[in-house]
Amino acid sequence: MIDADPASNGHLVRLRDVHKVYHRDKIEIPVLAGINLDVKQGEFLALMGPSGSGKSTLLNLIAGIDRPTQGEVRVAGESLGELGSSKLAAWRARHVGFIFQLYNLIPVLTAYQNAELPLLLTRLSAAERRKRVLLALGLVGLEDRAGHFPRQLSGGEEQRVAIARAFVADPTLLVADEPTGDLDAKNAEEILVLLQRLHREMGKTIIMVTHDPHAAERADHTVHLDKGVLKT
Amino acid sequence: MKYVRLIVANLMWAKRRTFLTVFSIAVALFLFCTLRTVITSFDAAIRASDDTRLVVRHAASLVFPLPLAYRDRLTQVEGVTAVGYGNWFGGYYQDPKNQFAQFAVDARTFFDLFPECVVTPEERQVFLAERLSCIAGKGLIEKYGWKIGDVIPLTGTIYPGEWRLTLRGIYHGASEDVDENTIFFHWDYLNETVPEGRKERVGIYWLRIASGDQAPAVSARVDALYENSSQPTKTETEKAFQAGFIQMMGNVQLLMAIIGSAIVFAIMLVTINTMMMAARERTTEIAILKTLGFSDALVLRLVGGEALLLSFLGGVLGTGTALALFRRMDFTANGMFPNFRVLPETAVFGILLALAMGLLSGIVPALQAARLQIASALRKVA
Repeated sequence: MIDADPASNGHLVRLRDVHKVYHRDKIEIPVLAGINLDVKQGEFLALMGPSGSGKSTLLNLIAGIDRPTQGEVRVAGESLGELGSSKLAAWRARHVGFIFQLYNLIPVLTAYQNAELPLLLTRLSAAERRKRVLLALGLVGLEDRAGHFPRQLSGGEEQRVAIARAFVADPTLLVADEPTGDLDAKNAEEILVLLQRLHREMGKTIIMVTHDPHAAERADHTVHLDKGVLKT
Repeated sequence: MKYVRLIVANLMWAKRRTFLTVFSIAVALFLFCTLRTVITSFDAAIRASDDTRLVVRHAASLVFPLPLAYRDRLTQVEGVTAVGYGNWFGGYYQDPKNQFAQFAVDARTFFDLFPECVVTPEERQVFLAERLSCIAGKGLIEKYGWKIGDVIPLTGTIYPGEWRLTLRGIYHGASEDVDENTIFFHWDYLNETVPEGRKERVGIYWLRIASGDQAPAVSARVDALYENSSQPTKTETEKAFQAGFIQMMGNVQLLMAIIGSAIVFAIMLVTINTMMMAARERTTEIAILKTLGFSDALVLRLVGGEALLLSFLGGVLGTGTALALFRRMDFTANGMFPNFRVLPETAVFGILLALAMGLLSGIVPALQAARLQIASALRKVA
């Protein structure tokens, strides 16, 4: 839990007049246009919209892995546009856990080592790291698969390892980009249950991009994005 | 230390590529060490040279001998404290392939003039007392398995015939640069055995002087003595004498340096290509690490560290192989490269060169990885 940020009026995430334009050759491609968004601490927000509507771009801006062309993105007390590259990296390590659609585990590392990655950036001892990783893998039900490489895991298991990696360092915010998009219904359900548990039992703030209305039902609120504009 | 595991894991993922890259670097460093050892073994005789020892030879060429009669006048030259002499024998042992240096020397002065050839006092005494005896370097003893008391038959080429020498001493070098692949035997024996027309002829004289500073003056005095004789002399320091010997081979050192540099450069290009391919293949992984909070600087160190570790392993393997191989095997090339061994400074230079290769080959992919934009890298994958 972080202290309330007066500049964000107590919100964990506050976006004001955010624009994002990509440049391809000499062509400008506007992706986001004047986004205003507030997310409270402990909220589970679903972000829906058709392909190309700018959902992932918005998520990337909130997670600090991309910068707006215009406007302010304020998350966990920091105006992200003002942070330099190394400070932004440190900020991400401290505040954001990212869950990808394609899991994006490092193939050369075991489930344990993948989950441990964010902890390598902390000052925790090896023993403390081990305790936390096993706890995180235990929470996603994969303690017994700790020594397995991603190729030895099913898609659902890979995504659960990715979730363990996302929350192992106890970040302020979890962002998930289509976390069930590559899974069958059974595994998708398990992942959604897991995210709900993280939200309800651990009080995690979660922003999830999804196409799936069934997945969005698990969230407290849903906002829709269409052609770069938020529609509540 | 916690990041080393990441580097190792990445390297172990593509085992074949890692092995081939390490192997190619190792081969390059092995060749580099070998070529450099050729150069340093050429120089070994120069390093082993004594500043207070001068060499006197015929001014025209080493081929022409000097009269033994010069000895008495040389002892009287101001600055000279001792005089010795000897002849290059130029024979072989049992088979023409078994060639090594053999010198017929004035046994009485030899040990005083060449204290770097160390034998026991007992061996020295027996050698001095026995006219058909010889002493041999430790390297030859190990190579041919000789024992004290063995008769060593040498077939002469400059001095035809079979010469049977009894081994009475084994010398070892006072320093590692001293050639331990030579036989020394009595000049008196040679002189008595050769035909009348070749008697009392000396290939070179060695003069001992009090200090190296006196070398130019003493050399000038000696050469002035015989300037107008039918057999004029050329006197120089032993170092200059050895250097002149090496120069006779042309600029082999430059050739070796060029070949060595070309090999290292070629392998470096291969390594750069490999590292860039490896980094390009891992664009997604690098983007993920950055998403997790790995800074640009840390990513740079991780990717650069891979190249450094690869090169270091290759360097250790190549240099270590050269060290071990040339220590165990005979690469003296019939005396052309006495003491053919990898010097510690060559090994250190080899490792440093490998690290420099790693640094150069890793810098481009490391910078590319550090500059990678997460969002665009992930977009390309999605």
